[in-house]
Amino acid sequence: MKSLQDCADERILIIDGAMGTMIQRYQLQESDYRGARFADYPSDLKGNNDLLNLTQPQIIEAIHKEYLEAGADIIETNTFSSTSIAMADYDMQELAYELNVAAAKIAKKAAVEYTAKNPDKPRFVAGAIGPMNKTLSLSPDVNNPGFRSVYFDEVATAYEEQIRGLYEGGVDILLIETIFDTLNCKAAIYAIKKYFRESGNPELPVMISGTITDASGRTLSGQTLEAFYISVMHANPFSVGLNCALGGQQMRPYVEELSNIASCYVSCYPNAGLPNAFGEYDEEPEDTACIIEDFATSGFVNVVGGCCGTTPDHIRHIAEHVKHIQPRRRPVLAETLA
Amino acid sequence: MSEVIINNTDISEPIAGEGQRVIKPYLRLSGLEPLVVRPETNFINVGERTNVTGSKKFARLIREGHFEEALSVARQQVESGAQILDVNMDDALLDGEAAMATFLNLLAAEPDISRIPIMIDSSKFSVIEAGLKCVQGKCIVNSISLKEGEAKFIEQAHICRSYGAAVVVMAFDEHGQADTEEKRVQFSHRAYKILTEVVGYDPQDIIFDPNIFAIATGIEEHNNYAVEFISATRRIKELMPLAKVSGGVSNVSFSFRGNETVREAMHSVFLFHAIKAGMDMGIVNAGMLQIYDDIEPQLRELCEDAILNRREDATERLIQFAETVKAKGKVVEKDETWRTGTVEERLSHALVNGITDYIDGDTEEARQKYPRPLDVIEGPLMAGMNIVGDLFGSGKMFLPQVVKSARVMKKSVAILTPYIEEEKARIQAEQGGEIKNAGRILLATVKGDVHDIGKNIVGVVLACNGYEIIDLGVMVPAEKILQTARQEKVDIIGLSGLITPSLDEMVHVARELKRQDFNIPLIIGGATTSRTHTAVKIAQEYGHGVVHVLDASRSVTVTGSLLNKALKPDFLAGIKSEYEKLSEAFKNKKQTKQFLPIAVAQENKTVIDWPAFTPVKPKMTGIRKFEQYDLGEIAKYIDWQPFFIAWELHGKFPQILSDEVVGVEATRLYNDAKELLKKIVAEKWLTANAVIGIFPANRVAPDSVKVTPEQPDIAPAQLEFLRQQVKKAPGQANLSLADFIAPAETGKTDYIGGFAVTTGIGIEQWLDKFKAEHDDYNSIMLKALADRLAEAFAELMHERVRKEFWGYASEEHLTNEQLIKEEYAGIRPAPGYPACPDHTEKYKLFDLLNATENTSITLTESLAMYPASSVSGWYFANPEGKYFGLGKIEKDQVIDYAARKGWTVEEAEQWLRPNLEYDI
Repeated sequence: MKSLQDCADERILIIDGAMGTMIQRYQLQESDYRGARFADYPSDLKGNNDLLNLTQPQIIEAIHKEYLEAGADIIETNTFSSTSIAMADYDMQELAYELNVAAAKIAKKAAVEYTAKNPDKPRFVAGAIGPMNKTLSLSPDVNNPGFRSVYFDEVATAYEEQIRGLYEGGVDILLIETIFDTLNCKAAIYAIKKYFRESGNPELPVMISGTITDASGRTLSGQTLEAFYISVMHANPFSVGLNCALGGQQMRPYVEELSNIASCYVSCYPNAGLPNAFGEYDEEPEDTACIIEDFATSGFVNVVGGCCGTTPDHIRHIAEHVKHIQPRRRPVLAETLA
Repeated sequence: MSEVIINNTDISEPIAGEGQRVIKPYLRLSGLEPLVVRPETNFINVGERTNVTGSKKFARLIREGHFEEALSVARQQVESGAQILDVNMDDALLDGEAAMATFLNLLAAEPDISRIPIMIDSSKFSVIEAGLKCVQGKCIVNSISLKEGEAKFIEQAHICRSYGAAVVVMAFDEHGQADTEEKRVQFSHRAYKILTEVVGYDPQDIIFDPNIFAIATGIEEHNNYAVEFISATRRIKELMPLAKVSGGVSNVSFSFRGNETVREAMHSVFLFHAIKAGMDMGIVNAGMLQIYDDIEPQLRELCEDAILNRREDATERLIQFAETVKAKGKVVEKDETWRTGTVEERLSHALVNGITDYIDGDTEEARQKYPRPLDVIEGPLMAGMNIVGDLFGSGKMFLPQVVKSARVMKKSVAILTPYIEEEKARIQAEQGGEIKNAGRILLATVKGDVHDIGKNIVGVVLACNGYEIIDLGVMVPAEKILQTARQEKVDIIGLSGLITPSLDEMVHVARELKRQDFNIPLIIGGATTSRTHTAVKIAQEYGHGVVHVLDASRSVTVTGSLLNKALKPDFLAGIKSEYEKLSEAFKNKKQTKQFLPIAVAQENKTVIDWPAFTPVKPKMTGIRKFEQYDLGEIAKYIDWQPFFIAWELHGKFPQILSDEVVGVEATRLYNDAKELLKKIVAEKWLTANAVIGIFPANRVAPDSVKVTPEQPDIAPAQLEFLRQQVKKAPGQANLSLADFIAPAETGKTDYIGGFAVTTGIGIEQWLDKFKAEHDDYNSIMLKALADRLAEAFAELMHERVRKEFWGYASEEHLTNEQLIKEEYAGIRPAPGYPACPDHTEKYKLFDLLNATENTSITLTESLAMYPASSVSGWYFANPEGKYFGLGKIEKDQVIDYAARKGWTVEEAEQWLRPNLEYDI
């Protein structure tokens, strides 16, 4: 079977679209989220999408399959918030490890099934590592800028637990995504290095995807794109890229910049445009696909897909549009300064 | 500023034709914005002022917790063009980890500062890691090194890498700092190979700091430091072209502290040459760098001479020039405005500044103002001393100043005392009342020991804090200590000692306290004592609290905790568990060392090719005495460094005089010392006597040396030495001083020498005089100077012996610095010190030299010499001779030694206790 690396060298890879948008379509109620196991759980659980890995695994599996059917090479586990820190919102911090293992298994099962159908197009599972709801570089208290609601060691420990769950559940890639505070990302990188060093397990490829929040071209924690890239280079990532916050159109200059400076592959999975007055994303699949096709023909990208508001239809269109376009060639690393 | 910041997003450049980009191995760093270091990038300024060790202002702001104000220092650096910000929180009084984290977190909220990368600077790795956890950008760690060996280096490098930081590697190895060109290159290259091959570091993320040292210090071997740094830089960059070179630039001009004009010129000249050689970045006071071409031509020429070491008188000429620049500076005027304040303000000012000039009048004025004389002490005087105590406790005042404050206090109290006594007598007559103070502390130097400078300092400091001190002086027997403690109802007993037998005496006092059912705490201090010894030996003997106190400044908190009923139980429980851990660790540690049977150790002696060696026949044998030696001559040989240590001012001499933190006080102390020394010499306060002797000698057994004087009136003696027994690395000998004397079987006559010198005769009358004047400052000063003179006298006599009386080094020409560093052939170890720890051999030395009669030095029952300012020892002339520490020995050697000394094994164990490997 072809490795991820082989695939990336020969074509532009497709990563799946939004999970949340798809879950919304099921119009799940509190009792659906709870299932039998958490029927009597004291806190409200509606909206805890990651919990569905345990209570509605068939729904998650079905969504994965829709994306695989649409042509995704890489599907993301439903674990955006599956850390003990983020799960504390639902008082479910104890479940973090279990959620990750379960999510990884669901995705892996689906991917294996589709790889079997067409071994020439192997499918990969990326363990999704989200940014957390607490940040290391920013104070939540405007009157006390030195204050932090969380510390590096706590974040790294929570990430390490997530990484262990994802690895043991069988993911092929670790994907640190929607990074708006680089220090949280560095804690995740630290946790990944620590996990593999201490467990002795073979290291998985790491994808890093940051988020530029607005036209300032900076992360929420204030870094320019290049500063962000330099800050995470030590992860020696498989790819670095951008996702979320912006639509493809707004993302273009940053994707271009990244493709100029990154020595690894470049990824890009924007939202389906900017949200409309109702907070909904209404960019049509064909429109998204055209924007991304432009990125591809410009030689900016190696991995493309969608974030908030994107659907299997978006992915199908994107896959179709970039199918015959050569992936970006990675730069040559010079050995000397001259 | 934008012109100095390299903020070019175009890291890679297209290759024409192929359209494929090339990424160059540049060092890339980031704050909120990137910093890419390219070959064409000019020198990178690393801002140095956010460093508590380098900036007084910043240190004060951090210590006082004014973090937000401290940010303005950082902002100023950025605004002045710093491209990287060095942050250092290495201050003994700070919680480094917390200070680093707090400051960096605050920095993160200031986009105009945090746009540039951070250099996390600490000698403590835990502080570095605490910093790494707070910075989102790619920072630089400053520094790691091979100082603690490869394993530690690799571990720390891995950690730095897992946070994605570039590293500064200091040119250190396990044996020390690289101070030559060759070592700088070698150490750097070794680190480079480990980092790239073992740790997986990218070469461009490695930054070498090949040690910038001060030049133009007046010490000849420092003159070439800058030259060697520059040439090492060139070679490092040739050998490892992707690596970077950095350094702390202001070190180079350290000896011109306070003269910014000269310093800035030196920095510019130094950088001009170092950058040409390949230096990429440096820690500088951003904004204070002068443009090379703008330096006044004469000054630039002088700096060039000094930096490039182009002429022998470069230092002298630069200093001369510096004086002319300095003279333009401000004139110090005595400020007498404080005299206009209230009497309370004046007393407080006098105390804090140590001024005795007006104390008599001010005290009298206060006495008349207050209803009772005691009110003056408890009111304005204590208020002033509290300020002194606070300033000392927070590191803003130093010991010599505190002692001066105490002198003011004592003088004032002395004036009030008769009135207080009078009042006391009246009150007691009327109602039998009693006056109570903070606590009563008994201090004593234990039996057999005569050293008391440290104890006196502790006494002064404690008295400043309101305690009543009962000082029993030196050579105090246990019984007297206990009896006084009981009679005077003291709250704490403090014991001091400098020589090793004092340790046993302290154990004895502890046992007696237990036997006689005391329940007050015991404090242990003095140069020979240690936390471990206290934990392992003394604390076990007495259950009501035994605490080791490192120095005078710690004694205040310790006594404070012991005399506070609320704090005491927790404090003692804490000490107890700490000591138990130490004790446990000590026992575990002991088992890990391997020892050789003494016979095997004796086989592994120092290898000297005796057949090829001809001992130098001395120009004289027998003894020669020197009376009333010229003190002025002796004073030239003084090594000042230990003098500052005695005053708890730590740092290298002479650099300590210009140290940013203690420099002013050190200079004042040094000037006071020189002034007193002048008087001592001119008015012959002290008498210096010495006796030396040189005698034929041969080794007659592995560790025995037979001394056979040619003079019939000097009795022969057999000296017994001890031998290291720890298993050594292959090729390293188990040393014994006997190794350095030719064995009898060679048939060659070798020689050994001995000496006893003193500069303490006549000191009592002066000490009594100072005591009468309540002048502890000069009393301690005199003792410290007498000690320095004794050491200087020993150094002087040793030189004369080498050149004149023995004459084996008649060609020797050494500077005082070289003498202090012992760069001569031969050694002068003293019985009782590490190479030959048995103090009782001093009897043989004194007999051979007839030392007591010839010099008036006497020996106490613990073999301490009296006067205390005395030094004695053996002379070994063999060029292989070297100082070493005996270390621990096993019972087989003790049995052997006892037999040689004609002792029982128990007697031997008693004298050798600190060196025993086993418990008795």
